[in-house]
Amino acid sequence: MTYVSLTDADREEMLETIGVTSVDELFQDVPAGVRFDRALDLSSPLAEQEIVERLEALAARNTPAGEEISFLGAGVYDHYVPAIVDAILQRGEFLTAYTPYQPELSQGVLQALFEYQTVICELTGMDVSNASGYDGTTVAADACYIAKHATGRSKVVLAESLNPQVRQVVRTYAPGFGLEVVDVLHRGGITDPDELRAAAEGAACVIFQQPNFFGCLEQAPDLAAAANDAGALAVAHVDPISLGVLEAPGAYGCAIAIGEGQGVGNPLSFGGPHYGFLAAREEFTRRMPGRIVGETTDVGGERGYVLTLQTREQHIRREKATSNITTNQTLLALGGLINLCWLGPQGLRELGETCMALAEHAKDRLEVPLVFPERTTFKEFAIRVGRPAQEVIQEARKQGVHPGYPLGRDYEGLDDALLVALTERRTVDDIDALAEALSA
Amino acid sequence: MKLIFEKSRAGRRAARLPQPANLAPAPELPAALRRADPPRLPELPENEIVRHFTELTTRNFGIDTGFYPLGSCTMKYNPRVNERVAALPGFRDLHPHQEDEASQGALELMHDLQEMLAEITALDAVSLQPAAGSQGELTGLMLMRAFFADRGEGDRRRKVVVADTAHGTNPASVTMAGYELVKVETDPRGNIDLDDLRTKVDEETAGLMLTNPSTLGLFDEHIEEIARMFHEVGSLLYYDGANLNAVCGISRPGDMGFDIVHINLHKTFSQPHGGGGPGGGPIAVRRQLEPYLPVPAVVRDGKRFRLDYDRPKSIGKVRAFTGPFGVFVRSYAFILAWGRELKTMSEHAVLNANYLLARLKGVYELPFDRLCMHEFVLSARGLKREHGITALDVAKRLMDYGFHPPTIYFPLIVPEALMIEPTETETKETLDAFADAMLAIAREAAEQPELLKEAPHGRSVQRLDEVKAARRAVVRYRFGDHPDPAAEPSAPAPAEAPKGV
Repeated sequence: MTYVSLTDADREEMLETIGVTSVDELFQDVPAGVRFDRALDLSSPLAEQEIVERLEALAARNTPAGEEISFLGAGVYDHYVPAIVDAILQRGEFLTAYTPYQPELSQGVLQALFEYQTVICELTGMDVSNASGYDGTTVAADACYIAKHATGRSKVVLAESLNPQVRQVVRTYAPGFGLEVVDVLHRGGITDPDELRAAAEGAACVIFQQPNFFGCLEQAPDLAAAANDAGALAVAHVDPISLGVLEAPGAYGCAIAIGEGQGVGNPLSFGGPHYGFLAAREEFTRRMPGRIVGETTDVGGERGYVLTLQTREQHIRREKATSNITTNQTLLALGGLINLCWLGPQGLRELGETCMALAEHAKDRLEVPLVFPERTTFKEFAIRVGRPAQEVIQEARKQGVHPGYPLGRDYEGLDDALLVALTERRTVDDIDALAEALSA
Repeated sequence: MKLIFEKSRAGRRAARLPQPANLAPAPELPAALRRADPPRLPELPENEIVRHFTELTTRNFGIDTGFYPLGSCTMKYNPRVNERVAALPGFRDLHPHQEDEASQGALELMHDLQEMLAEITALDAVSLQPAAGSQGELTGLMLMRAFFADRGEGDRRRKVVVADTAHGTNPASVTMAGYELVKVETDPRGNIDLDDLRTKVDEETAGLMLTNPSTLGLFDEHIEEIARMFHEVGSLLYYDGANLNAVCGISRPGDMGFDIVHINLHKTFSQPHGGGGPGGGPIAVRRQLEPYLPVPAVVRDGKRFRLDYDRPKSIGKVRAFTGPFGVFVRSYAFILAWGRELKTMSEHAVLNANYLLARLKGVYELPFDRLCMHEFVLSARGLKREHGITALDVAKRLMDYGFHPPTIYFPLIVPEALMIEPTETETKETLDAFADAMLAIAREAAEQPELLKEAPHGRSVQRLDEVKAARRAVVRYRFGDHPDPAAEPSAPAPAEAPKGV
């Protein structure tokens, strides 16, 4: 392929206009000592069809969700993405635009982001949403940064039942932010509100997940109350697919709601790109990281949309900014918006109910003990397989079933546990196949 | 245009979901956890959803629409074949927790891409994990922290030096990494001021963050001396890869003396920017910094590839999984297309920029009169002084000629800045049409300034009141309580703030 457009005659004419005799002369300011004097050690250029063939060969060496019956979840889920998402996101006016700095040429993306912010606020029960964060992990670090500056406190409390990757990312950011990170252990699969209250004393925020990493429903209103009692901001990490059936964090006292948006509108794509969402109560508006779109009028009085509250941001505020974020995940967030419009409120509720019904059916059908039998779950649950989970995965995959995520990777004492995820893409027959694979 | 919520009618819907046979309904949730009021998502049939978003696309401008010379953003053509290969089911539908043995193709692609980026940057080890350039920057600073902490110098090395031409992300990242910012000035030729720099580098310095070529589009002629100065006191050099499109195969950051580099896959390597993202911000480092890179690393054992979490000195994770994989597929396809001829890409980017510069510099002021690299910065201060026409007016008038404006009011050290980056993919005809438009606008500034002040014409909206937007802070639709923006007074003209980068 060639992605340059000049003819030899063009180049000659342009060099003459510039007043040099060769392209090489254009680089006269690059000191000789740092000039690269050989060809890059890369392969020969490929034609488009050769690129496709090479990539097809690589893709064929992966086993995607469609080629086995997969019960993998643990943060990223095989939900159905409707055809209109791809059709709209592939339109070049969205796909190939930059950040909407020039609003008169960007009303499409700006209005869509305003609509995205609105649906995120509706899902979470919050007043303000940014225009997306990188993913469901980095928005947790963002929430800690907001909380630190809002409270003047530097301790953050994480429920152990919060996705381990989210906790790892918060820990990675913590030294730079000047944060001390404290974990609250789970008790039988959920977090104890009294333990959380004790840990939250003097803390900037508490982050818990609903449904949590094990798929269990936390007593989320009690956890939020515990945080609030201690003067810490309550931050809920939520699954957007659950918010047609589960209460919104804003309705039970949370200051901030965050989450991984992938399940709504994004393919698995080996873990990215996806979008994280971050929404908060109004009082935190000016502490939000990232882009925010606001409504205004043009000089003729017509309604329009612009990037707003930019004095929070790096390109204006530099070292005093609320974040360094520049590029976000706009296109993925728009996928989320389109998918949510397609579902509508009834569809979202039905989707949540279907996932739950499938999960309940699977719990009954699988002849293996649950790790946390007392708990109410949503679309995921943990089972004990009585031997190293990795062995079970290897054997089940030979029968065309991926039985789930091995919890022993992150939690001591759970080496024989698998986290099983049910989305609407799995069927009763698929669950039979899983039961068979596990009983083999 | 109506918001999608204003088109909603209760009871309409698009989606029909599967109704699995032989499945008992979901059990009732405990009342305290059950949703009381449903979210007010829009209710529309599918055709109306498609029309809504299609109408929105007609109110937007992308590279596919026209020339987009937004400085420092490298808005080059985004090849469609990259979209095709990213959508292959073996990539698109691959779960990130899939077993290594069932992800060999994905792991090999990432490993190959790491090696390509190491070659292009002249560094030893690469992590693809950071989600964007600014996260790559922050990751780079985290590596500095971990490196110095490990050597027992963590408490002493508190300062990071940043040029006054730097992107705003650099100082913001310094703060987020817990470092103290030290600013260094630019000299009259557009290089870092070495005399100023000498007073600011000592054994308390953790490192330098530098874009080279700078945001002025100029290659720092003293880069070797600068690298020496930092390395002599044991500090590290960080390369902001935002402008890497200028130097691929021409001068490699590692050879310039940089120890850590981030690469913007959505700039140099053609990932479409999607109206704001996604991006990709891999980092490349010298061998001595490899132990601190994020986990997991993608490693090769003979013919097999695997994810390696056993990195005790790692800073940890900066985002989930191994990074934005779909972005890697596109950038990998792009690099395969160029292969060892990648240098031609940068040569054309620089040639196109210098051609535009040559055509415009007599009419717009050029604050640093040198050949440029892949972009250049002009100033509209002459137009402002003589005709009251600002960079903003020029930018808005360019829309009338069918072009996206350049970055304006950045870098901050140039008043009324117009920062122009044509990229390598444009034809001479397009470059000429843009230059002709810029020259016509300069004439209009003298003859019909109101044309510029009123611009843009014929777009979906006229100039928008940004001050009013910030004052109102209406950042979501409020349904029945939604305030009418037209009923509220307008604010004075907006402040001159950077638009771009």
